[in-house]
Amino acid sequence: MKNKIIIVGSGVTGASIAYNLAVKGVKDILVLDKSYLTAGATGRCGAGVRQQWATKANCIMAKHSIEFFEHAKETLHYEGDIEFKQEGYLILATTLEEDKQFAKNVALQNALGIPSKKLTPEEALKIVPHLNPKSFISATYCQTDGHLNPFKMTDAYYQAAKKLGATFHFFETVKGIQHHQGIYTVTTDKNTYQADIVIDAAGGYSREIGLMVGLDIPVYSEKHEILVTEPIAKMQGPMVMSFTKNLYCQQVPHGSFLMGRTTPNQPQGHDIEASHEFLDAMAKTIDDILPKIGELRVIRQWAGSYNMSPDKQPIICESPDLKGFYMACGFSGHGFMFAPMTGVLISEMIMNEPLSLETEMLHINRFNHQTTHEVEKSVV
Amino acid sequence: MSKKDIIVCRCEDISLAELHTLMEQGFTSIEDLKRQLRVGMGPCQGATCLPIIQRELSIFLKKPIEEIPLPTVRPLTIGVPLKAIARGAKNEK
Repeated sequence: MKNKIIIVGSGVTGASIAYNLAVKGVKDILVLDKSYLTAGATGRCGAGVRQQWATKANCIMAKHSIEFFEHAKETLHYEGDIEFKQEGYLILATTLEEDKQFAKNVALQNALGIPSKKLTPEEALKIVPHLNPKSFISATYCQTDGHLNPFKMTDAYYQAAKKLGATFHFFETVKGIQHHQGIYTVTTDKNTYQADIVIDAAGGYSREIGLMVGLDIPVYSEKHEILVTEPIAKMQGPMVMSFTKNLYCQQVPHGSFLMGRTTPNQPQGHDIEASHEFLDAMAKTIDDILPKIGELRVIRQWAGSYNMSPDKQPIICESPDLKGFYMACGFSGHGFMFAPMTGVLISEMIMNEPLSLETEMLHINRFNHQTTHEVEKSVV
Repeated sequence: MSKKDIIVCRCEDISLAELHTLMEQGFTSIEDLKRQLRVGMGPCQGATCLPIIQRELSIFLKKPIEEIPLPTVRPLTIGVPLKAIARGAKNEK
């Protein structure tokens, strides 16, 4: 069975790429996933979408992606609700160094057309009155940042791609990929397929897929944890975030609060077990910054993989060593919010169309000169 | 009694009619249904709905009930306020 394109992974990235290729008229797209739709990082993520970054590449990717989310329901003709809540991100500065860095970030963001602004504590407290005023010294805010339902957003891409003729196989694991005379042979636990092009959108397992064709993609997976509380009436508009205090916390339209933080010194690997250490640290952090939310009961906690790249920015390109092998990985915890642009860019590269964005800074070649790249610091 | 009036999941107020609609669309594992409908994600952690959904899937797929896998069991078993956890974590030292 011969396909034009095989996409490995049906998280939001794989589904977005499948849709973007299908809408450009590509037939014979096959998406392979070892589990169900959104079983990996997509279905485990916090699903916040923000434009407040410290590097240009991340700012631009995010800005274009949010413009897509604003009209995603109509563009994809989705019957369900993607639950896009666009009430901003409030990012707290807790040190003088951070306060200075945020002033620079806002200048960069504004220069790129992102409507973020710096706030005094008083202004921040007007937006989120239950913040502990002693826990921060200033903040930045961008009204057009927000949050979506990751299951519904991916389902919207999946349904639209399927309608345009793309095929999805779930519960089918890729076991090996051979490349011979320009043809890729992909072997799964159920079948063997051939294709001209293979796209690695395997999230936490991107490195393993690359290794199957002998490519050493410089990414690794790292466990990140998250929890959800019981739902209550709406009390918080924006996502509250702090890099130094290591927290993000958002009330979703359903009413529950989602919150996460990074556990330091995580070993590399695919462990995604929930830990009590995270639960303790998360509870203490919330008690410090958003004490009122501490009264809510925790319903459930879980974890997922960040696929980390050396500069915490994505790798989106065709392999310079292997024609027809494309990678969309290394999102370092931000694959969901960049997915619309990831799909657009990969499809433009494959169709040889003019690119919507400058992609040099997303190319894997940037790591050839290890010392020169700019590391994104605005990460939890 | 109409399927619309039969509640499968009390936490999220999901009816048997909604469950059947999704199953007919091809969402035929509990993990899939959970992500579309939030069944099993409420305060009771699926204590009420999961056995019912398992039985409905068993009938729909014409498979024995033991071949319908349950979703991952996640902590906590019962809801606990964050403040209580924070207090406990501080007192431990």
